[in-house]
Amino acid sequence: MSGYLESVLVLLAINMILAYAAFLPMVAGQLNLGVAAFVAIGAYSGGYASTALGMPPVAASLAGLCVAAALGWIVAFPVLRTRGIYLALATFALNQVVQGTILNLDVVGGAAGYPVAAHIGFPIIAAFTLGVVVLMLALFHTRFGISVTAVSDDERVADVMGLSVRGLQSAAFTLGAALAGLAGALYAHHFNYIEAQNYGVLFSIYIVLYVLLGGTQTVYGPILGAAVFTLLPELLRGSAAWRYVIFACLIIAIMSLRPQGVVTGALLRRLTRQ
Amino acid sequence: MLEQQIVNGVMLGSVYALVAVAFTLAIGVLNFLNFSIPGLFMLAGMLTWFALKSGLPWPLAALLALASGGLLALLVERFTYRLMKHSAHFVPLVTSMAFLILFENLVLIAWGSDLQRVPVPFASVSVTIGSAVVAVPQLIGLGCAVIAVASLDQVLRRTRVGRGLRTIAEDPDTAALLGVPVERVVPVVFVVGGLFTALGGFLFAINYQQASPFMGEEIALKGISAMVIGGMGNIWGAILGGLLIGVIETFSIHWFGARAVDIGVYGVLLAILFVRPTGILGGAIRQARM
Repeated sequence: MSGYLESVLVLLAINMILAYAAFLPMVAGQLNLGVAAFVAIGAYSGGYASTALGMPPVAASLAGLCVAAALGWIVAFPVLRTRGIYLALATFALNQVVQGTILNLDVVGGAAGYPVAAHIGFPIIAAFTLGVVVLMLALFHTRFGISVTAVSDDERVADVMGLSVRGLQSAAFTLGAALAGLAGALYAHHFNYIEAQNYGVLFSIYIVLYVLLGGTQTVYGPILGAAVFTLLPELLRGSAAWRYVIFACLIIAIMSLRPQGVVTGALLRRLTRQ
Repeated sequence: MLEQQIVNGVMLGSVYALVAVAFTLAIGVLNFLNFSIPGLFMLAGMLTWFALKSGLPWPLAALLALASGGLLALLVERFTYRLMKHSAHFVPLVTSMAFLILFENLVLIAWGSDLQRVPVPFASVSVTIGSAVVAVPQLIGLGCAVIAVASLDQVLRRTRVGRGLRTIAEDPDTAALLGVPVERVVPVVFVVGGLFTALGGFLFAINYQQASPFMGEEIALKGISAMVIGGMGNIWGAILGGLLIGVIETFSIHWFGARAVDIGVYGVLLAILFVRPTGILGGAIRQARM
């Protein structure tokens, strides 16, 4: 496998995990503009665990996942006190604060970036992605998937029906943070170098765009969104700027013509009908 | 020294305030977080640079910047608010983000990614107030910002369009029932927002003598913070928030160094969101649709 092909496939795998990191809070009705903060936390704590503490890279990546999940769980308490656009803005501010903090942490190189020595190859990353996808498919075939959707459809009714609204919202937020942390740690161990500057709000926005492009109605949407977002720019030849111009026009066109995203429940039913 | 920091903060803050007004108008009237605003800001700044570099006099540069802001805001309106009523609430947000990506990359293609030096159109004059030095162009910029917001306030209070806008802010469906021409009034929000943003971009380019394809992002994020801190949907709150953010920023740099700025500014934003999400001048929380 050529180096170029491998790095594209790794990005595809990582982006799929990222898409689910944004998808989980979104199906619970939260527009999380702070996903990149948890990616950064996972990348830095995972990288630190393998570089400074000498953990094996896979264990270090899982450590990154755990740190991101723990932080996600803690900040979910104040963040979930806000709702709607305020929640989006709170997660956005959180992203900036986390990024600013890491830029000032000299233990992990501050603004100079952080080199991570240990390496994880494509097969392990692909296995992690497969695991995440299977987990998500399973999760959304259980009570949890239906309950979370119910909460985002109508909080009050969900509450009246006996669902633990706060618990489900917090679970979706924390799980999203955990996946973001995993993706960050895997990225750090494959590309061996991370820079806090890359984990800004715009990165969060891009991740959210993956999901919205694919569609939030079904659990398959994020896969398609991440695939399109990763592969389309590679397929479109020419300079990076032109790729983004075409890409932006595509989003505008798709959102104008098909605002619910590409993959919808109705589309899936039509495709699977005999 | 302290006075100088405050003056610098207020000057920077007046640019944030203009952007915050654009955001707060879109949120207050349409409940829409318009992410194309950083793109319009940047385009105004880059066009100012281009016009001045090409030897055009500065009033023409200002006109070009403002025209681009107003016209492109109309284009954004076609693809965002028009679609909003028949689609999920996040669609306009997504489309406006796509416009930001589009504008930034078109400018990248046209002029490259370098930080451009904006030639100063007039000799630098400054006056000394107390122990602080104030540049006259900056002072004029601050004056423009205040006048623009004061007139917007009067328009909202006294004119027919302003009444229409306030009705739409309460409830778009009721407004339509009451005979407000929603389809014709809504573009006004976008155009006014675009003009304020473009004025901010022009003033920033002139006062700080720099422009780049990404200049809008940071300013807009600060503008959003300013809007929240002042109270969403309140234009005087946007001004207050903008000036506050400007002062917090210059003091963070002064006391803790340039790298601590984001922690200071966004830390305050987080604290406000958790403790008093309505902001300083905000009323009761409106049920946000998003």
